[in-house]
Amino acid sequence: MATPSLPAAGFGRRIATQLDRTFAIVDYEVRKLRRDPSELLLRAVQPALWLLVFGEVFTQVHVIPTGNLTYLQFLAPGVLSQSVLFIAIFYGIASIRERELGIIYKFLVSPASRISLVTGKALSASVRGLSQATIVYLLAVALGVHPSLDPLDILGVLVAVVLGASLFATLSMIIASLVKTQERFLGIGQLLTMPLFFASSAIYPISIMPTWLRPIAYANPLTYLVDAVRKLMIPASTSVFPLGVDFAVLLGATIVLILVESRLYPRMAQ
Amino acid sequence: MSTLVAQSITRVFGRFTAVDHISFEVGEGEVFGILGPNGAGKTTTIKVLTTLLPLTSGTATVAGFDVVREPARVRGVIGYVPQLISADPLVTGYDNLRVFARLYQVPRAERDARIESALEFMGLSEFARTPVKYYSGGMIRRLEIAQALLHRPRILFLDEPTVGLDPVARDAVWGQIERLREEFRTSVVLTTHYMEEADRLCDRLAIMHRGRIVASGPPSSLKADMGTPGATLEDVFAHFAGEGLDTGVGFRETQRTRRTAIRLE
Repeated sequence: MATPSLPAAGFGRRIATQLDRTFAIVDYEVRKLRRDPSELLLRAVQPALWLLVFGEVFTQVHVIPTGNLTYLQFLAPGVLSQSVLFIAIFYGIASIRERELGIIYKFLVSPASRISLVTGKALSASVRGLSQATIVYLLAVALGVHPSLDPLDILGVLVAVVLGASLFATLSMIIASLVKTQERFLGIGQLLTMPLFFASSAIYPISIMPTWLRPIAYANPLTYLVDAVRKLMIPASTSVFPLGVDFAVLLGATIVLILVESRLYPRMAQ
Repeated sequence: MSTLVAQSITRVFGRFTAVDHISFEVGEGEVFGILGPNGAGKTTTIKVLTTLLPLTSGTATVAGFDVVREPARVRGVIGYVPQLISADPLVTGYDNLRVFARLYQVPRAERDARIESALEFMGLSEFARTPVKYYSGGMIRRLEIAQALLHRPRILFLDEPTVGLDPVARDAVWGQIERLREEFRTSVVLTTHYMEEADRLCDRLAIMHRGRIVASGPPSSLKADMGTPGATLEDVFAHFAGEGLDTGVGFRETQRTRRTAIRLE
């Protein structure tokens, strides 16, 4: 007969158990993604258009001051970050689907802690983010942006992408937990993406924003993602914050959001 | 010792009392049925016992663990098959079980053997590598039960296990539940509104109506208590919950029940 899986084990072992459960969720989500990778290819079209059309045109007209960088060099890290935002911000739809099917009940009656379930989902979203980042990086190379090919810089970009995707995916799951239906969720998702995108340094520097917009940009997590990715991808760029600050903000915000969502997630089953 | 003890459990939603001070016990290897019309409080009862919903008042223990104070321990010893579909159509039957084997910490060395034996028990071995979207309704239900058995739970909660299934598939599910009791002495709590199901499977029944248990006992004694020779379970049900056919179930629950039924066809 079964023995309960929470013996009086040490703290370390309990953490290891919950981490294993987190990766069980990631493994499961990646298996789902592998069955239907078409979504990832479709998702690559939009960043390609931003770089090829928007980027090329604004490179010609020189209206946005980007210092020592070409506009395309300035824009590529912004588009990379934006594509991570766009793929993650609708991730909550998966929770709603799982609730409508009934799968969510099974997860919630399992002994996995709510934090490990939510973290697993957030990290799964970052797998999608990583595939986007890879495509944009390759595009950037092809367009002559000369992104850094230093392994440490690339590793840094990947870590930033994982954090950024987890952050926005968790935000998305929070919205899903609150509104619970697809229609309302999609409405709010649409409402959020554009302000997050435009109130960040993705396509123009914060220095040219009107003063009222700047505090919003500083409160916007996307700004920190763009800042970190830009500095790592284009080392000649000038960053707004030190890299340490960018990563600390991304990590801190992700942790806070995961804690909030692990309180809200069980409500999906009520 | 009883595997499940519920004492005066109550769940209130706003002004609506879905479960109203009900008490019952389920012994080891016993199949306990909760019978009642839609909206009687069956699903809410299951949800509070499986830790999905907090109790408003009352106490309940499962395998000696308190559902309010020790929810994580309770979760480790129960299996649950919700009324809605809980298998993911996008991945294979095997992958559906694999994630739960890991969530329940089935040791890595045993994992594959445990998954295979659960699939075999439910008669799904040859479909292990087939995506669930190609399964029939009966196969999906059996897969869900296999999923809930992976960690060898002490007690299995089945919420309307055969809703929307054709008679052949229904009979197969009934057969598996009977084998489960015989081979593993697993206790089962199931909700249903099919009299035939209650009659065939359940050692004891509780008839729920408007959040309360209005009658309980073995099916035979419930029928005998009617006093009319040849009384059926339908008669018992009609007697206790007869005027309850329209208990004001909301649009949402009706929609969900029907959707499940359609998907399972």
